[in-house]
Amino acid sequence: MSGDGLNERSGRGEERAPSAEKAKAGARPINPSGDGLNERSGDRPTLKSGRAIAWARRRAALADFVRLYSKQRAGVAGLLVLIVITAATVFAPFYTDESELRAVNAPGGRLESPNSTFWFGTDEVGRSILLQVIWGARVSLQIGIVAAVLAVGLGTLIGMTAAHFGGWPSWLLMRLTDWFIVLPNLVLAIALVVALGASRFTIIVAIALTSWAATARLVRAQTMAIEGRPYLERAKALGAGHWHQMSRHVLPNLMPLILAAATLQVSSAILAEAALSFLGLGDPSQISWGTLLERAFHAGAISYGAWWYMLPPGLAILFVVLAFTLCGRAMETVLNPRLRGSR
Amino acid sequence: MAIDPTARVPAAPTGAAGTSGNHDTPPGVGRPGSGSRREFLRFLGVKVSGAAVSLVLVLFSAFFIFRMIGGDPVRAIGGDAPMTPEQRAEIEERLGLNEPMTVQFWEYVRSLFTLDWGTSYVNNQQVTTLMWDRLPNTLLLTGTALVLAAGLGIWIGARAGWRPGSFFEKSQVGISLALWSAPTFWLGMIVIIVFSVQLGLFPVNGMRSGRGVADGFWPQFLDVSHHLVLPALTMAAVIYAQYVLIMRSSILEERGNDYLTVAKAKGLRDDVIRRRHAVPNALLPTVTLIALQFGAIFNGALLTETIFSWPGLGLLFYQAIRVPDIPLLQLLFVFFAGTTILANLFADIIYRFLDPRVRGTS
Amino acid sequence: MMPLLEIDDLHVTYRGSRGAIPAVRGLSFSLEPGETLGLAGESGCGKSTVAAAVLRLLPAGTEVTGRIMLDGDDVLTMTFGKLRAVRWAGASIVFQGAMHSLNPVHRIGQQIAEPIILHEKLSHEAAEKRAVELMAQVGLPTWRARSYPHQLSGGQRQRVMIAMALACSPKLIIADEATTALDVMIQAQVLKLIKTLVAERDIGLVMISHDLSVLADTCRRLGVMYAGKLVEHGPSHEVFAAARHPYAQALSAAFPTVGDPAERRNPHGLAGDPPDPADLPTGCPFHPRCPVVMAECDSTTVELRPARPDWQAACLRVEDNSAPTSTTAMALGET
Repeated sequence: MSGDGLNERSGRGEERAPSAEKAKAGARPINPSGDGLNERSGDRPTLKSGRAIAWARRRAALADFVRLYSKQRAGVAGLLVLIVITAATVFAPFYTDESELRAVNAPGGRLESPNSTFWFGTDEVGRSILLQVIWGARVSLQIGIVAAVLAVGLGTLIGMTAAHFGGWPSWLLMRLTDWFIVLPNLVLAIALVVALGASRFTIIVAIALTSWAATARLVRAQTMAIEGRPYLERAKALGAGHWHQMSRHVLPNLMPLILAAATLQVSSAILAEAALSFLGLGDPSQISWGTLLERAFHAGAISYGAWWYMLPPGLAILFVVLAFTLCGRAMETVLNPRLRGSR
Repeated sequence: MAIDPTARVPAAPTGAAGTSGNHDTPPGVGRPGSGSRREFLRFLGVKVSGAAVSLVLVLFSAFFIFRMIGGDPVRAIGGDAPMTPEQRAEIEERLGLNEPMTVQFWEYVRSLFTLDWGTSYVNNQQVTTLMWDRLPNTLLLTGTALVLAAGLGIWIGARAGWRPGSFFEKSQVGISLALWSAPTFWLGMIVIIVFSVQLGLFPVNGMRSGRGVADGFWPQFLDVSHHLVLPALTMAAVIYAQYVLIMRSSILEERGNDYLTVAKAKGLRDDVIRRRHAVPNALLPTVTLIALQFGAIFNGALLTETIFSWPGLGLLFYQAIRVPDIPLLQLLFVFFAGTTILANLFADIIYRFLDPRVRGTS
Repeated sequence: MMPLLEIDDLHVTYRGSRGAIPAVRGLSFSLEPGETLGLAGESGCGKSTVAAAVLRLLPAGTEVTGRIMLDGDDVLTMTFGKLRAVRWAGASIVFQGAMHSLNPVHRIGQQIAEPIILHEKLSHEAAEKRAVELMAQVGLPTWRARSYPHQLSGGQRQRVMIAMALACSPKLIIADEATTALDVMIQAQVLKLIKTLVAERDIGLVMISHDLSVLADTCRRLGVMYAGKLVEHGPSHEVFAAARHPYAQALSAAFPTVGDPAERRNPHGLAGDPPDPADLPTGCPFHPRCPVVMAECDSTTVELRPARPDWQAACLRVEDNSAPTSTTAMALGET
């Protein structure tokens, strides 16, 4: 739900006050790919310098992006949270003992409440909750990110194809896209996982297959806008093939948008993974935040009042999802000030 | 939330209004009449046929997805008890699993028309019976949650969008983002542990207390309401967050518009401008976005009902996943998806009546 | 007699992310009841800001100093309650009747009736009846009361805006680019309508436009603004025909006299862009674009100085009672 269709208003009074909002919108539009120059690179003696200029432009655009992003406080906070969590996850083997995750090596007693040894208490077989949350991050983040990348990749492919070729294939693709946008994606994902059998791979596939549609719609609209630009018309007139047009001109321009979409997609993918795992469709051999919550639920943590069993994994999901969402929103705002956080 | 009532009255024939004054009818801006009716019917035709195609797609995918099942449905029925090949064949025969795929498919298509969706693997009941039994409970829960979330979310969202940059806006957006980021089922667990287990204010799960409640409407009503509070609030929380964010950005989009300056110049109070001028305009795009989000409501129902053991379709679906009970899953999948498609169709048509710019002429 | 509108040393400064942006810098004029004044200038010279300032419609955080006396009350210091009462009932604005000035989801009649219900406490029925009468007066078919804005043509929407401005019989109407978006024929009709209505009801009119010929045709007096200030102020026909300030000359020269062959050979225009309000030139703000600039122009601040008792211009070349200098006119022709 990125305010598409909402941004059709224009035509304001000539002397409308330069309110803070508008002044921001007036800040120079970013074209991080800095395209528009490199279509010359193919058949000109100035090939190198043309590329060099394009790269210089891209660097400048990137610097612009970083500068504007750093002004988005919520986005910076989200990024910091992500950096910390990623570091904690990556370095987990260096400061924790993985073997303690196995039930036979459980170091503590059954459902110990938080204490000095186990900061977040223990589960029903005496394993540290904190340890499981740290290791669970690996699976949750991995599934979330891979699924999001796949979904956005698929959405980009379908969106660009639909925009570029037109005709009945385009119509068909867009009908399919609408179909996927409308359907309850968790229900669909459950059906897929049930059908394919529960594993890390099928969860990723199920999430990706049920969440690409919004990206496809966004990419299609953007591609059509880019294809209308004069330099692409020129490239086409010079005989550039479909692949060249797409890979050299359209895709670089789409990249920032795709990146923002992917960041937001990670949020939904992590939530979807948690929900699937909670419903018992997770990989039984892996610990993720979702499976942790599932075990807590079935181990009777609720009636036992074992809040420490449920709070840490849930909060971990909340923080990571929130962090990804804040980053994605900040990116959207920087790239398209008119969007100004439409979610 | 006050919405100007006249803004949503369907187009009325205006012929009677033209009793005085000169009757100039500039080309292209004629009064709504038979032309617009034909236009509307065409619009209706496109939308309905689109929805029909989507529905057919759902029916087909329901067949193929659930035929891919990796597990062994016979095992699901017979349990882990050892089985003779004869018993096995008997079950396969009953389920029609011994037929070739094409025959199964035609059986499936035939079942769509006869509304015979088969029997549950678990208790031999007709799956349609199971669904109709549980449907009212789901409607009660989702309906309550939806009304709560929409009313509150649109109201708060409108106020937040009206004052961008204010503390109110920032805090409401923050709360909404946090609620959106929280997994529904986890929220439910926390709510149960705090309000039911620790404070003992509400029942832990279920929909009725069963024994100990007097017969008669009111005692039963109060009992169900008491059970409804926590699941409805949990389910509403996530939807609420989405509605706040959608409505806020819709209002933000409206804010720069000149007609609001005109309203201000007329001497209207700020809150009147918001309610009478900004909100009705901002609601239009919101309706569309909310309709697109409709499928997410079933996601929420599924998780909430599971956590609270609310005897609705979501819980039924959850129980069916665990088996897996294919005929039941198939039916529920078609029901969820079909309802969402119909809801979207409905929203498309409603929108036509709400927005004067697409209603009537042009 | 007390002036209807008296603006005294008005300064308006917007607060943007780039810092303070002065839009109006010391504007003063007054308007007697029933009098008509035109305000002209390029985009961004601050003329629309003046319109918004009179009813205090500027965005929150905008800095406004000076005095705006409307019918004896200071608009800038009055309470919100009083301000709301004055808005539309005391003075109304004819906004540019583009799509966005009318609420797209409300019917026309309703939108005209809205201020009547608010200020005159009439019932809905009575107010809608008045709205229909007003529509008839501005030449709109009355069944249009039940239409929505998108069903009307541009000229009709502008008439709606005029009917709306008349709704509470204000003593002052400010027309902000009221005819700009219309094509020439419709523009002439609407102008005629405004002229007649204002004369019939003895309403004071401040008309804002970039089109000097429109203003000269409609208003008795004419003010030309540049960079947030009046640079010329006098009887409209004379200012239009023989402006003293080089900028006003350029502005009036931008409208060719039809049938004059000399005009066709030497189309007039003004080089350069309007100055950036955040970064105004020193001295006379017009000097970088001025065709007859003098050495002292970039260092001397120049205020309005009388050219005749009823005519002022802010140019160092203007001397009391001097006729328009032919040299400046010729120099302008060369650019």
